[in-house]
This record gives sequence, C-alpha cells and structure tokens, in this order.
Amino acid sequence: MHTTPEAVIVILGMALVTIAVKASGLLLADRLPRDGFAAAWLRHIPGAVLAALVAPALVTGSPAEVVAALATGGIFILTRNLFAAMATGVITVYLVRLLIAG
Amino acid sequence: MSTLAAPYRFSEQFYAGARACIPVAISVAAYGLVWGMLARGAGLSLLEVVMMSGLVFAGSAQFVALDLWTATPSSLPIGPLILAALIVNLRYLLLTATLRPLYPEKGLWRGALSMYLVTDENWAMTVAAMARGGGSVAFLMGGGVLAWISWMSTNLIGYGLGSAIDDPARWGLDFAFTATFLALLLGMWKGRGDIVPWLVAALTAIATAQFVEGSWHILVGGVAGSLAGALVEVRKHAHHA
Repeated sequence: MHTTPEAVIVILGMALVTIAVKASGLLLADRLPRDGFAAAWLRHIPGAVLAALVAPALVTGSPAEVVAALATGGIFILTRNLFAAMATGVITVYLVRLLIAG
Repeated sequence: MSTLAAPYRFSEQFYAGARACIPVAISVAAYGLVWGMLARGAGLSLLEVVMMSGLVFAGSAQFVALDLWTATPSSLPIGPLILAALIVNLRYLLLTATLRPLYPEKGLWRGALSMYLVTDENWAMTVAAMARGGGSVAFLMGGGVLAWISWMSTNLIGYGLGSAIDDPARWGLDFAFTATFLALLLGMWKGRGDIVPWLVAALTAIATAQFVEGSWHILVGGVAGSLAGALVEVRKHAHHA
C-alpha cells in the first residue's frame, strides 16, 4: 500500500472532472443542445477517442498484432463479449509470435 | 430528498434497479478483471487502484489512464491524464441530461451528487425503465451501487491475478489493451455515420503519433474525428432540409 503525491493529484483530478461532467449534464439539462452541431459533436466523441487510441498501435505493430486484431474483432462481432474478444486477442498474439520466432 | 417521505418505496425501487442491472454487472465484472490485471502491469499500487476505481469510477477513462500511466512518479503526465479523463467522459453530459425528469426542481444540486453513481450500464437500464413509465432516482442508485461493487471487487481480483505474471509481454498480455479498446470501439458501432469520424480519428492519430511524443494522438485524433463526424451529420441534415 503506497502511493506518491503525483498519483494522488492525478486520481483526485480525474475524479473531480468526472463527477463535474456527470453533474453538469443534469444541472444544464434544460440548456444543453438537443440537436445541431454541438450535440452531434458530443455524440461522436467516445468512438473517435477509441479509434484514435487503437489505430497507431495497429499501424506500428508487427504482423502478429494485425492478425490478433482481426481475430479480436471477429470474435467480438460474433459473441459481443468483451472478455472473450480480449482473451482471443491475447492468445492469438502469443501463438503467432511463437510461430514467427520459432 | 423527496423520497424520504416514503422510505419503503425507496428500498423497493433501489432493489429493482440493482436486479435490472445484474446482467450488465456481469459484463462490468469481466471488464473490471481486465482493468485490474492491466493496472498492475502499468505499475499502479494497490492503494492507487482502490482510489482510482473508488473515486473516478469510469471504466473507459480508467483504461485510457492506464495507457498514459508511468511507473516513475516524476514522469507521470498529470495534465494529459486529467484532460483525457475529461474528454473520454464528456459523453456523460448527454447521458445525465436525459435523467433530468427524475429530479424535482428543488433538490437538483443534491441530485447532482448522485450523478457520481451513473455509469453507462445503470443509465441505460434507468432510461429503459423511464420509457416504460417507471424509473426513479432510487432505481438509478440501486444499479449504480451494484455496478460499483462489481467494478471495485473485480479490479482487486484482477490486480491479485496480475501478480502471478512477471513478464506480461511474454504471454501476449501487452496486447490486452489494444484488444480491449478494439472490442469497445466495435461495440460502439451505430451505423455508416461512424465511418467518417472513426477514419478521421484513426488517420489523425497515426499522423500525430509519428511526430509528437507522448499520448497527444488520443486527444488530437479524438477531437478531429468527432468534429468531422458532427460536420458530416449537420451537412447531411442541411441537404435533407
């Protein structure tokens, strides 16, 4: 059980912005844009952030990672199960790396 | 709170909300197990895991945080970490705004505190209940508390399991991140309207990662992609009108 001042600041900061955003939605509900540009922008943020997160890792990855990404995507589309998809990705990358190295 | 006048109804609604959230709590648990394992790999201490899961309590933001986390405190990117949490959580503005009809005009500020317990999962269940003419603050909180317990306990179990593995990359576990995010992304697919924002986000992020150190590509790509998505959507509506 240990931590550092930097980590505590980060965690408290993250907690604060998270509750602030959640509370703002309720408090500003009567004034938020229901349609138009701002509403569309907010709606697209989560997907865009995740796409931005995943893409560089796949482009800079080895063939093993590309194959594993395809397997992960395939299993997720088939099962809609996050854990199954993650496990498939990990097992695939492990096996393909073994094959390439061996 | 107005619910104090009828406490038995509060607990009834609370349990109803928790029951409704049992199926999604299972997926929260799977997700929580993965986060706990990855948190150990990223170098978080047990205390930091407890604090982050207990206080931040936002899955996707916590996954993004692990990607930015450094084991050496002096190089911890404090600003980018907090900014990333803000951006990833911006969607909650829209989610909690839809809960407004559950709250009376007077206790709105007190109600704002209960927003801490809102997750994608219990929000979805509550909105579904509202659509059927039900739903209440107690129902929302019942689901939220169940999700919190599920999240916290599986994070700790995952953290414990992570200790059994000394070199994560040797077992392919370094890929768990990319795989998890990829699955989360696919789960968000709503139709062809997502093609442009996702593509713009991906390409901008790839280009940014080439030239800028650190994790700015997440923010730059996320902002560029979501703006592109909004532009396309607004222009399409303008054409139809």
